[in-house]
Amino acid sequence: MRGRLIATLAVFGITTAFACLIAPVIGSTTIHLSRVFSRTIPFADNVDAQVFFIARLPRVIAAALVGAGMAVAGVVFQALLRNPLASPDTLGVSAGATLGAMVAITFHTDVHAFGISALPLASFLGSAGALGIVYAMAAARRRGTSSTVLLLAGIALSAFLGAMIRLLQLAADFTDTFRSVRWMMGSLDVASYAPIVGALVPMTLAFGAMASLPRVLDLVSLGTEAAESRGVDVRRAERVALVSASFATGAAVSLGGPIPFVGIVVPHIVRLLVGADHRIVLPASALFGATFVIVCDLVARTMFGPVELPVGTVTAIIGGPFFLWLLFRRLA
Amino acid sequence: MAAVSTARIAARRWISAALLLVASSVALHSEAHRIVSIVPATTEMLFAMGAGNRVVAVGSYDRFPPEVDKLPRVGALLDPDVERIIAIHPDLVVLYGTQTELRTQLERAAIPFYAYTHRGLSDITETIRTLGARIGMEAGANALAGRIEAQLKEIRARVANSDRPRTLLVFGRDKGALTNIDASGGYGFLHDMLEAAGGADVLGDVHQQSVMMTTEMVLARAPDAIIELRYVRSDAASGNDMAAWNRLASVPAVRNHRVYLLRGEEFVVPGPRVAAATERIARTLHPEAFK
Repeated sequence: MRGRLIATLAVFGITTAFACLIAPVIGSTTIHLSRVFSRTIPFADNVDAQVFFIARLPRVIAAALVGAGMAVAGVVFQALLRNPLASPDTLGVSAGATLGAMVAITFHTDVHAFGISALPLASFLGSAGALGIVYAMAAARRRGTSSTVLLLAGIALSAFLGAMIRLLQLAADFTDTFRSVRWMMGSLDVASYAPIVGALVPMTLAFGAMASLPRVLDLVSLGTEAAESRGVDVRRAERVALVSASFATGAAVSLGGPIPFVGIVVPHIVRLLVGADHRIVLPASALFGATFVIVCDLVARTMFGPVELPVGTVTAIIGGPFFLWLLFRRLA
Repeated sequence: MAAVSTARIAARRWISAALLLVASSVALHSEAHRIVSIVPATTEMLFAMGAGNRVVAVGSYDRFPPEVDKLPRVGALLDPDVERIIAIHPDLVVLYGTQTELRTQLERAAIPFYAYTHRGLSDITETIRTLGARIGMEAGANALAGRIEAQLKEIRARVANSDRPRTLLVFGRDKGALTNIDASGGYGFLHDMLEAAGGADVLGDVHQQSVMMTTEMVLARAPDAIIELRYVRSDAASGNDMAAWNRLASVPAVRNHRVYLLRGEEFVVPGPRVAAATERIARTLHPEAFK
C-alpha cells in the first residue's frame, strides 16, 4: 500500500511540477528566459521578467491552489454526502463567496487588509458566513439523520443565496451588474502575490485538517453505521470534513472566482485512475486538480491570443460533457 | 343580390385596408407627446433636443439631466416593468433593440416603440436625428446633432498635429488590484472617442467592443498612456487605488506618469454629452493643444 501511495503520488507530483514549470514559459507574448533571469537589465525595464514574475507566475500558482482546493473539497463532499454529484458548490459555500463579492462590487467597498483588496476579502467572508450556516446544520444533525438532509439543506441554501445574488444584481447599477457578471466568470490573473498568500492561510489549515480524514472518509462512504461500528466518531469527523472542505472552497473562490466543474470532475477522474482509497485519492486529487486548472488556464490564455477566454469557460467545456456522461451513466 | 353583397364586402375590405394604411402612416409620422425612455442615452438625447417635457417615465439607470429624478421609473434592460409602462399610456416607448420580449408585449398592446442600438460615435448623432424625426422635433434634433458634430470636428482639428500616443482606455477593474480589467477594444463609441481625441487605441486591432485585459496584455502592449474611466457616483477611487498600476513599471505610461483617471457618467452614456467627454480625453492626452 505504502509503495503504491508513493508511486502514485510521485507520478502525479511530477506531472504537476512539470505543468508548473512549463506554464509560465508559454503565453500570448514571447519571452526569453535569458532576459527573464538577466541580472544586467533592471527589473523596472525588463518586460520579459515583468511578464514572467508579475503576470504569469502568480497566475500559475493561483491556478494550482484553486485547482487543488476545489478538487479536495470535491472529494471530501462526495465521500461525506455519499453522493457522486456533490461538489464544493453543493453546500452553498461557493454561492456565499459569490454573494460576498457581489456586496463588495455593489456597495463599492474599499477595505484593504494585508495587501489584499476588498473583493477577495468580501468573498472569503461570504463563504465563511455560508459555512457558519452549514456548520450549524451539521451540528444540529442527530445521529441517524440521512446525509440526504444535509444535501437538501445545502441545495436550499445555494438557491437562497443565488436569489440574493440576483436581487443584488438587479438593484445594482448597470455597470456594477456587468462587473459582477465578469467576476462570476472567474479569472486567475491575480497580478500579485498578496492574494495568493492570503488564500494560502485558510488552505493550509484546510489541508492540514484533511490529513486526518482519509480513513474516516473510507469508512463514512460505506455508511455511518459501518463507520461507527469501527469506532469512528462520525459527528466529529463530519464537522472536521465540512469545515476544512468549506475553507478550501472559500479560499479558492475568493482567489479565482467560482470556477465551475473542477470540484466535481477531478475527483471522479482521479478515482477512475487510482481507485477509491482516500489515502491516495485525496492527495492525488489535489495534485491532479492543480494540473487540470493550470492546463485549462493555459488553454484559456493562449488559444485565441491575445484575447483570452474566461478560465471557467474552459473548465466547463472540458468538465461539462464529462459531467453529462456521468449523469447518463448513472441513469442507465 | 349575392353579387352585390360580395361587391359590398370587397369594397368594405378595401376601405378598411385603406383606412388602416392611412392610420398606420399617421402613427408612423405622428408626433410623440408621452414618451417613455428606458435607455439613458436616448433620455439625454430627448432632453437635449428640447423634448424633455414630453418624457413621462424613464429607466432605472437614468441619471441625467437632474429632471429625470422627478419622473417615474419603469425598469431597465433586464427588468422592464411592462405593466407600469402600459399604465402610463405612452405614445412612444424608447427601448433597447435587444429587448425582444418587451417589443412583442408592446406590439400586443398597440404601443409604438423606437428600438435603440448601441454602436459607434457617428451613430449617436444619427440616432438623435432619427429620434427627433420620429417624435416630430426635427429642428431641435438637427441643431443638437449639428452642434455635437461641430464640437467633435473642432476637437479633431485641435489634436490633428499632435503625436498620437498609444492609449489604453480602461473602463473597469477590481478595486485596489489589477484584476478583471476591462478595456475598450477596436470598435464602439469609446474607441471612436479615443481616436477623435487624438489617441491611438492600443487595442485597435482587437475586433471587440470591450476586451477582457490581462496584466500580460498590458505589459506586452506597452501603452504610452492609460486612461481609466470611472462613472459610478459613489465610486471614490483613492490615490492608493490608482497606485496599483505602478507594479507594471516597464509600461511606458507608468514610467512616464501618464496614467490618468477621468470621472463622469458621460463616458459610458453614448448621448449628447459625448463631445464634452471626447474633449476631456483630448485635454488629458494633449493639454498643449488646448492652451
